[in-house]
Amino acid sequence: MPFIEFLFKPKNELEKGGRQSVQIASADENEPSKPCPNCRKMVPLSQLWANHNTCECGYHFRMNARQRINFICDTDTFSEWDAGVVSRDILDFPGYITKLENTRNACGESEAVICGRAKIEGEDCCIFVMEPYFMMGSMGTVVGEKITRTFERAMELGLPVVGYTVSGGARMQEGILSLMQMAKTSGAVKRHSDAGLFYLTVITDPTTGGVTASFAMEGDVILAEPGALIGFAGPRVIEQTTRKKLPAGFQKAEFVMEHGFVDAIVPRSTQKATIAQLLRMHTGGERVG
Amino acid sequence: MAKNTVSKAYDRVKLARQNGRPTGVDYIENIITDFIELHGDRNYADDEAIVGGIGYLDGKPVTVVAIEKGRNSKERVAHNFGAPHPEGYRKALRLMKQAEKFRRPVICLVDTSGAYCGIGAEERGQGQAIAQCIVEMMALKTPSVSILIGEGGSGGALALAVADRVWMLENAVYSAISPEGCASILWKDSSKAEEAAESLKLTASDALALGVIEEIIPEQELGKESFYEKLRVKLSREFRELTSMDVDQLVQHRFERFRNLGVPDMGGKK
Ligand SMILES: [Zn+2]
Repeated sequence: MPFIEFLFKPKNELEKGGRQSVQIASADENEPSKPCPNCRKMVPLSQLWANHNTCECGYHFRMNARQRINFICDTDTFSEWDAGVVSRDILDFPGYITKLENTRNACGESEAVICGRAKIEGEDCCIFVMEPYFMMGSMGTVVGEKITRTFERAMELGLPVVGYTVSGGARMQEGILSLMQMAKTSGAVKRHSDAGLFYLTVITDPTTGGVTASFAMEGDVILAEPGALIGFAGPRVIEQTTRKKLPAGFQKAEFVMEHGFVDAIVPRSTQKATIAQLLRMHTGGERVG
Repeated sequence: MAKNTVSKAYDRVKLARQNGRPTGVDYIENIITDFIELHGDRNYADDEAIVGGIGYLDGKPVTVVAIEKGRNSKERVAHNFGAPHPEGYRKALRLMKQAEKFRRPVICLVDTSGAYCGIGAEERGQGQAIAQCIVEMMALKTPSVSILIGEGGSGGALALAVADRVWMLENAVYSAISPEGCASILWKDSSKAEEAAESLKLTASDALALGVIEEIIPEQELGKESFYEKLRVKLSREFRELTSMDVDQLVQHRFERFRNLGVPDMGGKK
């Protein structure tokens, strides 16, 4: 299927492969590979990694936060803040402690966002990258606090913020305090903005709920990855509420851009260069090359 | 009620949703005089799920923005059961910015199961509309009080509750997700809503204990003249105090109020 077609395919078809990590043998028995949900070809893992988890047809597979940091930051420039901070079970919510422990073990990260300072093509910035494999990037108090601190530190340092979002919304196990993180992070974004500093968001698949309704949509410039699901309510909830069939491509990045809520769709192949250029344009840097 | 579990929290959820409970316009009619409703977001439409306008509170002009569920079935349909679209939030924001310009205090009355989930709402940027309300309320250079009078459903409620003071009616609820939604996601069983309601800590006393609200408004006289009279006096007193503050300080306090909510142990220094 040509690239353009998959952009307009309904969500459910696209989503099938995104979460799969099963390795199925390709034509070459020795080469591990996985199926592309868009073109249906078996993509050798080596080729996938070489192309930042994208298929040659243009499909963007999900990427974990460390992979993203390695991919977007200059080598050895990333220094992490608040690493290893773990959430507590503030509400005494049934099963939350176990869920957190299991997630930490399975995912290898301590929480659903990684924050720090880095250089992108030599441009100094603060960066936060949300982790899709940690409880679907849900926002609890630790995520809210780490992102808030990233903006506060960026203000102290006079630096721009680059934020990668991926989230299923609020962390319901932290109840109302998770909801309050929308206000907290938004306050920090506002202060950073009022100080004349630049904030760039890159919305990745999927970004919904409280993250869409706060810092994801508050960037000076909002970029999105091709095919990313971007919305407030999830498509299944909308279908159930309205009992209507969703239009083709509904809530996909391309659809959201068409409706005026995303500045540009930038594939991973040009993402680093685009971000670096935007950073340069906002920090008084001269054109390079 | 199902089985043996008696859920106090879920009883409140039911009360908060109950038909016949005073809605936003009841408060406006009983507390505010000479109210003039102002319509539209100046971009797309007038969303009747939000009623806004200007009136007098004890003889002083105030802006009131209320999420309105409707008082009978006809009204409920007209007001979309209190589920705002993006244009509703944009109307609310327009009126709050207008209040800021003329240094009028803002009263928000919040009562919604959530922002509307629909195709048009997404097409017109529900997330962006809510985000903008949150950011702008945070920085609004005029005093604000938000009162959760019934349901405080998720981001759609928070969008109008980033205020200097947030109060809750005794039986109002405030939550990141409905107990039914929580139960069906976590336990694949929406009939466990009672347990979910308990676990979510969504009652007014929970919100007070967590520092999310400043005060609980008792409901013994709910809907009676004396109820509105007390609330009117309380609002007047609060705004007297808030308007006496330097406006930058006011905004700073509001920012800190939300900044300090849910600060986890980050393991030592910043
Ligand atoms: Zn492919």
